[in-house]
Amino acid sequence: MPSLGADMAAGTLVEWLKEPGDAVEHGDIIAVVETDKGAIEVEVFEDGTIGELLVEAGASVPVGAPLAKIKAAGEAIAEVGPSPAPTKAVSPQPAPEKPVVAPAKIGFQSETRASPAARKLARERNIDLTSINGSGPEGAIQLADLEAASKGPAPGAAPGPDLSAMRRAIAAAMARSKREIPHYYLTHSFEISQALDWLDRYNAGRAPPERLILGALLFKAVALTLVEFSEFNGHLDNEGYKASGAVHLGSAIAIRGGGLAAPCIRNTNTLALPELMAKLRDLVTRTRRGQFRSSEISDGTATVSSLGERGVESLLPIIYPPQVAIIGFGSIVQRPWAHNDELAVRPVLTTTLAGDHRANDGHRGALLLRQVEALLNDPEAL
Amino acid sequence: MNVSESRAIVIEEIEKIAPDVAPVSIGDDEDVREALDLDSMDIFNLIAALHQRLGVDIPDADAAKFVTIGTAAEWLAEHLDS
Repeated sequence: MPSLGADMAAGTLVEWLKEPGDAVEHGDIIAVVETDKGAIEVEVFEDGTIGELLVEAGASVPVGAPLAKIKAAGEAIAEVGPSPAPTKAVSPQPAPEKPVVAPAKIGFQSETRASPAARKLARERNIDLTSINGSGPEGAIQLADLEAASKGPAPGAAPGPDLSAMRRAIAAAMARSKREIPHYYLTHSFEISQALDWLDRYNAGRAPPERLILGALLFKAVALTLVEFSEFNGHLDNEGYKASGAVHLGSAIAIRGGGLAAPCIRNTNTLALPELMAKLRDLVTRTRRGQFRSSEISDGTATVSSLGERGVESLLPIIYPPQVAIIGFGSIVQRPWAHNDELAVRPVLTTTLAGDHRANDGHRGALLLRQVEALLNDPEAL
Repeated sequence: MNVSESRAIVIEEIEKIAPDVAPVSIGDDEDVREALDLDSMDIFNLIAALHQRLGVDIPDADAAKFVTIGTAAEWLAEHLDS
């Protein structure tokens, strides 16, 4: 059971997507677990064959317990999960009534589209999913559809993550952060004309799906900067701070109706802007449907939070432990600005760094923010 | 395509990209970013979806028209007639 946050003690295995004997490759999604952060897709990080499923669907499993054993080609069985010993005797889940097909990219099965939470409830209530009309994307069956079909309308039920559970998870993580992390804050405002002009030129000759939004440039600028500021990019635990060798930048994504999540994009700094934009679109869409992958939640090495669209000029974000830095962006405002020794009205962006004083300090933090500015003033470098 | 038809399409596409909102409940002149809590990524996805569905090229300079259902429907009706 992967740890999806410092406050997570256990998760419930909702569904296996693979069976013993199935071949798996690095990155395959093999199971769905339910946590306070929503339904999370569990990935496998090695190639091989599923040997044994150690946990039944519906079981609550402590963080660190192995979920399955994987046979590497020509090698002994390896366990999925960081702990070497299984915690309980289990039996494989009975074969589903319908053949399990490979999960679609966003977490729906391609035969009968349904969210993981909906599939779980259907199994519990013995509901045939093919008899339900889905209200989700491309007819996907949502939890609310099942509740409506089995119990009548469910007031307040809406597609997406369980917001009350998510609020508890946010409360636990943020309370711990403010209690334990000695935050310091730095704020820097700068002219953003060059990035905006470059974006206009870039988008002008492209069809809508190939265009970029400013958020992609901000994200890439921070990711590239973190490569040179390793004391802001990593995890701090009881054994101290460990800088990450890669930049897996998290994006704070607001959930309509309340709540947020901060899943990451792996190796952010290595992605070209079009690829990064595509990944951001996919990540935002899946997050708002309550569909994250385990590594997206647990592997983030730093986070970006942007409240600019809400009309605030700056924000003071809270670090997401065990990370040690978060960078916030406010909205672009037109301001009187000294330009070539003359006063002019220019678009100005304010960015804020929240740093963990146990791992880094304000001097380097200031240089980090100036580096972000420099990259945004040279968009070709992104 | 008339405004009524294009309006229906805009609402359908908003419901697809943001299934947790109810665009039929807001007025044509309301800003969907405020009324439905859509953000720039949602607007981007809406314009991309309309492009793919209708084959119409919506210039980036006209993206601001797509923050209300009314102006979006009018833009589509005008450009799909010509």
